[in-house]
Amino acid sequence: MANLGFVFALIGAAAAALFAGMGSSIGVGRAGQAAAGVVAEDGSQFSKVLILQLLPGTQGIYGLLIAFITMSQIGVLGGSADMSLAKGLAYFAACLPIAFVGLVSGMAQGNASVAAIGLVAKDPSQFGKAMIFPAMVETYAILALLVSILAIFAIPGLTI
Amino acid sequence: MSNQYIFAVARIRKKELELLNREFMEQLLAAPGEEACLQLLNEKGYGTAGQTANELFEEEERKTWQLVGELVPDVKVFDVLRLQNEYHNLKAAIKETCTAGTHPGIYLNGSIAPEQLEKILLERDFRKLPDPMQEPAARALDVLLTLRDGQMCDCIIDRAALDQIRETALASDGEILPLYGELTVAAADIKIAVRSAKTGKGADFMKQAMAQCRTLDLRRLSQAAAAGLEEVISYLKTTGYADCAEEIRKSTAALECWCDNLLIRSIRPQLRNSFGIDPLAAYILARRIESRSLRMILTGKRNGFDEEEIRGRIRETYV
Repeated sequence: MANLGFVFALIGAAAAALFAGMGSSIGVGRAGQAAAGVVAEDGSQFSKVLILQLLPGTQGIYGLLIAFITMSQIGVLGGSADMSLAKGLAYFAACLPIAFVGLVSGMAQGNASVAAIGLVAKDPSQFGKAMIFPAMVETYAILALLVSILAIFAIPGLTI
Repeated sequence: MSNQYIFAVARIRKKELELLNREFMEQLLAAPGEEACLQLLNEKGYGTAGQTANELFEEEERKTWQLVGELVPDVKVFDVLRLQNEYHNLKAAIKETCTAGTHPGIYLNGSIAPEQLEKILLERDFRKLPDPMQEPAARALDVLLTLRDGQMCDCIIDRAALDQIRETALASDGEILPLYGELTVAAADIKIAVRSAKTGKGADFMKQAMAQCRTLDLRRLSQAAAAGLEEVISYLKTTGYADCAEEIRKSTAALECWCDNLLIRSIRPQLRNSFGIDPLAAYILARRIESRSLRMILTGKRNGFDEEEIRGRIRETYV
């Protein structure tokens, strides 16, 4: 029970990588299907649809970043792994924003990318506008990333 | 949200660009004759040079179903869209069997080869037909052989087709296929009512010919048809089909055109849908209705019809 704080912190890190990664993989997978459909009919659109397919992939990177920072802070990657239960729970809570927002926004951005790829299929000159629609979803993943980062860097200074 | 048809819908988005628009239809109308129309269609990628109009339509329909076969794991999900062809072929085969005739070009693309269909009917081995076709085929063949009543034969097969279209459509995925079933049956019922009102057909005929649908009250429709054309129009004005009054007064062709336009307007929102089976179903229907317009133009040009007369029969385009 002495290391329960560490366990919670590690679960938080795992959740950040796990859920955000799931969101991205679903989103990139959906967009990939649409991209393949367009390229099957018009190979010249490959580069445009590839960019749109990659947009939902960022949540997975954000999740990885948070997991990495958390693991380095709690001593998984070197240093002491001792911490109080309260601190461990604090790390766990700090990881939740990117875990859940990463999951949901990854899927939502994937759907927006699918629609954007359809728009590019119809009119390749609309690529710039088409990219904005899924990119808007990114805002919320960035906000969650910001909250998770600020919280994780603030926890070591807390006396709990 | 279904992941199943994302690839297929993306391919269809590109394919929709190849559909004919109103401007191209106007170009065809302005062409001097059938040959010029066929040439314009060839240049647009429809058919190949030297083909007759029928060959072109057959090839285009084959291309549509080949594409659909590549897009979905099991093309059976679109069975409802092929039922009209299947029942048309059954009707044609019954008539060929009874008259011992061979009329090339009367069959459409279907799942059962015409020779096989004729063999089944000659041997009266109805079990080889799909279940819903067995009883109506046997009944229609008997009616034609014993009573020599071609109209009753048609009525039996058409009713069976409508019943199966509705049943299959209701069991289909998405919104478009059930909508197609409903509109097909409702349009057929309206046409039967109009024809009955014009020719003085009785309630018995209408009861046999009309199929149940959600958007029409068949009892009221057949009562109205028995009372006359204006009564039919009055009843339809109380339903979702109020717009067709003018077309009913014009002609049967105008009514058929209105029915196709209603379907096109109903499926057009699928141009903006990126998910599910509906955009695929809408594309198949759009191709079918486009073919009808092209047939009108080519037949009109072949027979020297006036441009305005042909224009009046052209359906709205999907794109």
